[in-house]
Amino acid sequence: MPQIEIKSLNAYYDKLHVLKDINLNVEKGEILSLIGPSGSGKSSLLKMLVGLLTPKSGEVHLNNKSINYTNKSDLRSVREQIAIVFQQYNLFQNMNVLKNVCIAPTKIQKRDQKQVEEQAINLLEKVGLKDKLKSYPDELSGGQQQRVAIARALCLNPEILLLDEVTSALDPELVQEVLDTIRILASEGMTMLIVSHEMSFVKEVSNKVVFMDNGSVIEVNDPKVIFDKPKEKRTLDFVSKILKD
Amino acid sequence: MGYTIVYTQVLEFFPYLVRGALISLQIAILAFFGGMFFGLIFATIRTFGNRLMNNLVICYVTFFTNTPQLVQIYFLFFALPEVGILLSPFMAVLIGMTLNAAAYLCEIQRAGFLSIRQNELDAAKTLNFTLIQQVKYVILPHIMKVLFPPLSNHYIIMTLGTSMAAIFGVEELTGRALNINSETFRSIEVFSLTALIYIVITFIATFLLALIGRYFFKAKMRIIQ
Amino acid sequence: MERLLEEIPNFFTIWNIIFLGKAMGVTLLLTVIGCFVGFSFGGLLAIFRKTKGIILLPLRFFIIIYTEIFRRIPFLVSLLLMFYIFQIFKITDNLFVIATLTVCLIATAYIGEIIRSGIESINQTQWDAAEAMNFSYYQVLREVIFPQAWKVILPPAFSFFIMFIKDTALASQIGVMELTFAAKILNNKGFSPMLSFGTILVLYFILSFPLDRFGKYMEKKLASNRN
Repeated sequence: MPQIEIKSLNAYYDKLHVLKDINLNVEKGEILSLIGPSGSGKSSLLKMLVGLLTPKSGEVHLNNKSINYTNKSDLRSVREQIAIVFQQYNLFQNMNVLKNVCIAPTKIQKRDQKQVEEQAINLLEKVGLKDKLKSYPDELSGGQQQRVAIARALCLNPEILLLDEVTSALDPELVQEVLDTIRILASEGMTMLIVSHEMSFVKEVSNKVVFMDNGSVIEVNDPKVIFDKPKEKRTLDFVSKILKD
Repeated sequence: MGYTIVYTQVLEFFPYLVRGALISLQIAILAFFGGMFFGLIFATIRTFGNRLMNNLVICYVTFFTNTPQLVQIYFLFFALPEVGILLSPFMAVLIGMTLNAAAYLCEIQRAGFLSIRQNELDAAKTLNFTLIQQVKYVILPHIMKVLFPPLSNHYIIMTLGTSMAAIFGVEELTGRALNINSETFRSIEVFSLTALIYIVITFIATFLLALIGRYFFKAKMRIIQ
Repeated sequence: MERLLEEIPNFFTIWNIIFLGKAMGVTLLLTVIGCFVGFSFGGLLAIFRKTKGIILLPLRFFIIIYTEIFRRIPFLVSLLLMFYIFQIFKITDNLFVIATLTVCLIATAYIGEIIRSGIESINQTQWDAAEAMNFSYYQVLREVIFPQAWKVILPPAFSFFIMFIKDTALASQIGVMELTFAAKILNNKGFSPMLSFGTILVLYFILSFPLDRFGKYMEKKLASNRN
């Protein structure tokens, strides 16, 4: 049974049809990357999954349970299972690193504070930022902020992690440290949906790659197939243009 | 209680009020452009002038921005006659509003001058622009884009500010409302109608200014008062 | 000119000084109460204006209409309208109360806009990140948005406060005994208008200028903290 099932899903941003009849399955533990040109709907798909964009029609099933994104308790339960990291401005500027990571588990999930802090410190150590507990986001580099954002997402104990272009806003020399962090998570068996422009990384780390264009899913396949011998012409056009740079 | 709200009597005066609104606009436009003119001179002095002139302008601006416009006009109208200068109500209001506007518009325009970034000038210089070309193609468009929103905003404020002319007997919109009120005693009707006319005027003005701003100056128009 | 100098001791009697002091107090009271109420209710307006549910649509509609109305009418007209409404429906004939209420209504509209603007200046992703972690609308505002927004809100709010001191001068037109009305009274009593209105101009300046300087200092401090 797939962990995530999306059937015939349509979504709109005001009048703009951003997700057109999306059909997609994600297995548990799978690492699925979404690639495609700007505006193709990749980020919108992630936002939809976590309830920031309400679908107009279609079905979403999470762990075999149907989700109604207009229902408040469904929304709550989805967000307890899926965590998301954005391209930038993730961290709350008015809190230090430790508080950023701890606030949702303590205040929203109502877990024990000591236990949460312990987990937070472990996670921050894992992403290499244990010495920055009391720093504020504006004292950190972009790469450090993104690593904290990943730690924060993990502290929610999600089953599924969504990464929305998390390195796109970073200076080139800061990209690797974030990718390294993601590599570690990938090897630990977490289900991940990654939107990225880092093609070599995508090719290396993914189990499956999804090519999207203009709001639709064009092709879903093994990374080797997508990058070397894609079935669809549009995929080929995109991939050859990207890999040329 | 015994008071019923009936608009018919007051609605008969609607054209009279609208003509009053035109006078309000007239005052606002005259005072605005007067203020722009002097404000520009002051802003130039503040940016390029010598120490003495600079300080004089600072005193002027500080005084006029820290005291109420109403009292400034009261002073012009009641105190000046003591030294032999007699102003009609209309002139007192106009001069008062112009002097006041000059202070605020000086500061706004000065901010515009200061917003020119050295990079833009350097870029123009390396493209071999003459000084006049620099001004025409780089400096002026940039300044106008930066200045248009705050200037538009202040213009709207001034339009609403013309209502204090009524206190001195000028028959602009509010003045005429007071006239109608003393004649018909339909206070709520007349002042609510007057309020409505002001709302309509400012909506039209905001809309037109936003259009002009967007198409001629490519200015991002969101007027916050 | 000599006449003016002669009049000065007659003008600055103890009685007059106390009179002017009281009037100054009324001006300050109007301003402070207006801004305090304006900040509180303006904040509420801003918070409820950004809610999303259909149920609250009429409230949002009301807030938008209310704000637009009171920001697009001259102070004088608002005061006159309120004055006559109170008078005709015999609610109260206490001029200070009428003026204070009007002033509060006006300030709420203006400060509400300033607060709304401050809230909207916070990057949308901060909202998204919090909502995606199951923060409720009010939790996002309390834990994330307001702690950041206050720095953006404070300078224009303070500016408004200073401007408002000058706007209370219009309350003189419905007979409230604030500074401008005091000037008119002194003028009517026969004192030189230059002295009467001139002194009032100086008094307003004394109220406004230090606050203005403090505001600029505070703005500099907030800007440097941000960097």
